[in-house]
Amino acid sequence: MITISEELNTTKPSTEIAGATVRLAGDSGDGMQLLGTQLTNTSALSGNDVATFPDFPAEIRAPRGTRAGVSGFQVQFASEEIFTPGDGLDALIAMNPAALLTNVQDLKESGILIVDEDSFAAKDLKLAKTDVNPLDDESLSKYRLIKVPVTSLTRTAVAELGMSQKHADRCRNFFAMGLVFWLYGRDLTPTLRFIDEKFGKKPEVADANVRALKAGWNYGETTEALATSFHVNPAKLTPGTYKNIMGNQALVYGLVAASKLSGKDLFLGSYPITPASDILHELSKYKHFGVRTFQAEDEIAAVCSAIGASFGGSMAITTSSGPGIALKAEGIGLGIMMELPMLIIDVQRGGPSTGLPTKTEQSDLLQVLYGRNGESPIPVIAARSPADCFDVAHEAWRVATRLMTPVFILSDGFIANGSEPWKIPTEDELQPIEISHPAGTTDGAEFLPYQRDELLARPWALPGTEGLTHRLGGLEKEDITGNVSYDPDNHQHMTHVRAQKVENATELIGDQVVNGPTNGDLLVLSWGGTFGACATAVQQCQARGHSVAHTHLRWLNPFPKNLGKILSNYKKILIPELNTGQLRMLIRSKFLVDAEGFNKIKGKPFGIAELVEQIERQLTT
Amino acid sequence: MSSTLNVLKPTDFASDQDIRWCPGCGDYSILAQMKKMLPSLGFSREETVFISGIGCSSRFPYYMNTYGMHSIHGRAPAFATGLKSTRPELQVWVITGDGDGLSIGGNHLMHCIRRNLDVNIVMFNNSIYGLTKGQYSPTSPLGHVTKSTPRGSIDNPLSPCTVAISSEATFVARSIDFNTKHLGETLKRAAQHRGVSFVEVNQNCNVFNDGVWSHMTDKETKEDNVLVLEHGKPMIFGKNRDKGIRLNGLDPEVVSLEQIGEDDLLFHDETIESPMLAMLLSRMKFPEFPVPIGVFRNISAPMYDQSLNEQVADARQEKGEGDLMELLHSGDTWTVE
Ligand code: SF4
Repeated sequence: MITISEELNTTKPSTEIAGATVRLAGDSGDGMQLLGTQLTNTSALSGNDVATFPDFPAEIRAPRGTRAGVSGFQVQFASEEIFTPGDGLDALIAMNPAALLTNVQDLKESGILIVDEDSFAAKDLKLAKTDVNPLDDESLSKYRLIKVPVTSLTRTAVAELGMSQKHADRCRNFFAMGLVFWLYGRDLTPTLRFIDEKFGKKPEVADANVRALKAGWNYGETTEALATSFHVNPAKLTPGTYKNIMGNQALVYGLVAASKLSGKDLFLGSYPITPASDILHELSKYKHFGVRTFQAEDEIAAVCSAIGASFGGSMAITTSSGPGIALKAEGIGLGIMMELPMLIIDVQRGGPSTGLPTKTEQSDLLQVLYGRNGESPIPVIAARSPADCFDVAHEAWRVATRLMTPVFILSDGFIANGSEPWKIPTEDELQPIEISHPAGTTDGAEFLPYQRDELLARPWALPGTEGLTHRLGGLEKEDITGNVSYDPDNHQHMTHVRAQKVENATELIGDQVVNGPTNGDLLVLSWGGTFGACATAVQQCQARGHSVAHTHLRWLNPFPKNLGKILSNYKKILIPELNTGQLRMLIRSKFLVDAEGFNKIKGKPFGIAELVEQIERQLTT
Repeated sequence: MSSTLNVLKPTDFASDQDIRWCPGCGDYSILAQMKKMLPSLGFSREETVFISGIGCSSRFPYYMNTYGMHSIHGRAPAFATGLKSTRPELQVWVITGDGDGLSIGGNHLMHCIRRNLDVNIVMFNNSIYGLTKGQYSPTSPLGHVTKSTPRGSIDNPLSPCTVAISSEATFVARSIDFNTKHLGETLKRAAQHRGVSFVEVNQNCNVFNDGVWSHMTDKETKEDNVLVLEHGKPMIFGKNRDKGIRLNGLDPEVVSLEQIGEDDLLFHDETIESPMLAMLLSRMKFPEFPVPIGVFRNISAPMYDQSLNEQVADARQEKGEGDLMELLHSGDTWTVE
């Protein structure tokens, strides 16, 4: 049995700080993601604002000890509102030489560097492809290096349990966790509860992890290398109940909520792909919400099954990442032609082709807008942060059903696996989504499946309804009747109708909002997962007295009605993107403005400092 | 089910659309038999859905006054999976062809069948690509000269029924467009089967592959070239019913009833669990053997759509109907005052 509530109070002095950015790096088998998640949750539970950035290799078990196998988890926690996982590191925990060498360049000068000195033997150095031991030379002298024999102390801590060395060494991450928890004055209780839940069925494993965790904490308390610990006060967040949430989880909650709020059972057709698979895993747990998940034979079957479910009247969803979206293209085109509501979720990753499966990028924007044959317009919404995924799911389904159209949701690897505190909406804040289906009839009148309402949406008539039998298909539809038509004028008319219908989403999505002066020298225009970095960089520039504003696009198609007007109010426009300038191309062609880009394609998110530098460069040239 | 069922006539299932198949195409016969058979099933038009892919056969849904989807090439089984999984009470038909179902859509066909989704799949097999004007298909024989194989096909053909049986189909049958009575009965049996039903209909494309099944349809030869399968009966065929099929080791052989007694022939059994007999029948090819028509296999197994909905019902039973606010508040939370 584990004693869950453990009041451990340090007797050393504690220094108050505004926040810290910490990165935990080790081998992909070292449990760094778990350590990071625990530190994040505990920080969030203490009232800090948090933002995280997990960064792991595509291989499940890359060769041990090598640079390719390094897995990292970065978290920023603070007593003020933050929007990013932080730029420079205040502390780095490196479990082996490979982890040290691939991460130390991000550590600030005088930053805390904790290493497992037991993992710097000749063979470890060889695996990390280095001839010299960085702990022995001067290369780390600008950091506060704290060498801790993590491996041997962990073995000692669990010695009484008589485990094999291999099993004992699996507890190293809990030792490191204990030490980090001591350093930042974190409560062990949530982690003890986690250990009990996760390892409760294996008491000896649970016991060993608890011992390692406490040994790590005690090490911090007794070592002379650490004279003071740190303390971060709670952040002043909007009152409410919060939980720390990752993007994919928030998306799942949003989808389930939209399903409930629209009175539609949810159907997901999906095929496993990184970094979208967690949506399939999570949704498959919610059968008692009427959720049906179908792991299809391929990406094509996934989207087609969703269309079949939509025809039947379900809330239909398909999820994937770039390569899978490419395979779904023909199916999406059919959804557009049939004018059936459906959500297509693209959790973007580095491309082209298989690209960088576990790294983030924003390079699918043009694919989702134009990657189909023919004129096939589709609304596109992009989440800006992990918690935002909840609202995005709701908004996308509202538009899809109001206009009878498939809608794309863009997320990315950074949002999907990153986390932040999410203010759980109250029941009143959850808006119902009204959906209606035409009622059955026995009057014998011909049913007109392509007759439209004021926003050009057609009726969603469900199989089983009397008197409304009709056939949908991919051949061009005759206006109003929906019969097959090869008439030239009808095709032109229908092409425009489909485009106008999507454009009509502007009636549903509201106006674009600007943060900062309504006119001035520079407007930073961003979309998707770069929100936090762009917002923070602009704030810093404003604080320095620059005439700069920020606006962040939620809908990439259609653009909000007032966007053109906003763009005309600034001397310069800067569009930072994690691609080679896809939104910039759209903005330039649509509004004929000379927007500049700041583009990064490294599989990594923007840092705030590089954006500030770029903004200032724009302002001086 | 609607109360007006008994009065439905074949014409009630006809849509108002002009039929655009070539005059003389075997598809007309399949359409006629389908409309004739449907009223006997007890489903209303509104409870019936036809889903097709692309190809001549796949125009079928437009001609039926039911709900329907003319989807994209090869994917009809996937659309049917989404619909049937969420609306298991509907009667769902998948209409496909040899190109649509075995080439571009081979993967979906295989998986739909192995899941035993409760739908009826009808494959119009004309051994040619009709709508794209005459290229060889996955069922065209070796050496077949077409627009894309001027020196003859070098692709080894597939037997649709073999594919279905290998994919663990629970109901497999073959019929032929010319034999309207047999076709109607076969479609009806497929509809009555619970679980996936796969029916291969040998269909004549009189424009691009005329006479491809003539050995099975010509008055003079058909009885010698077709073996009509009947459950529980010995396998006898021939104009004078004087030939039979016997098992020799693991292989079938044609024997004369003048030498061999009926009791020594293979007896047909649709219901045996093992697929070996059905497989053996599906591999009997003209001219070495008569071509079997009728029901090869008819067994019962759990159905995907039913199992999925049972899981949903069980989860609701165990956990109660999902509570949204409880879900959103699950796990560690904290409150900011
Ligand atoms: S091309 Fe052949 S299969 Fe197609 S409609 Fe004409 S005859 Fe029938």
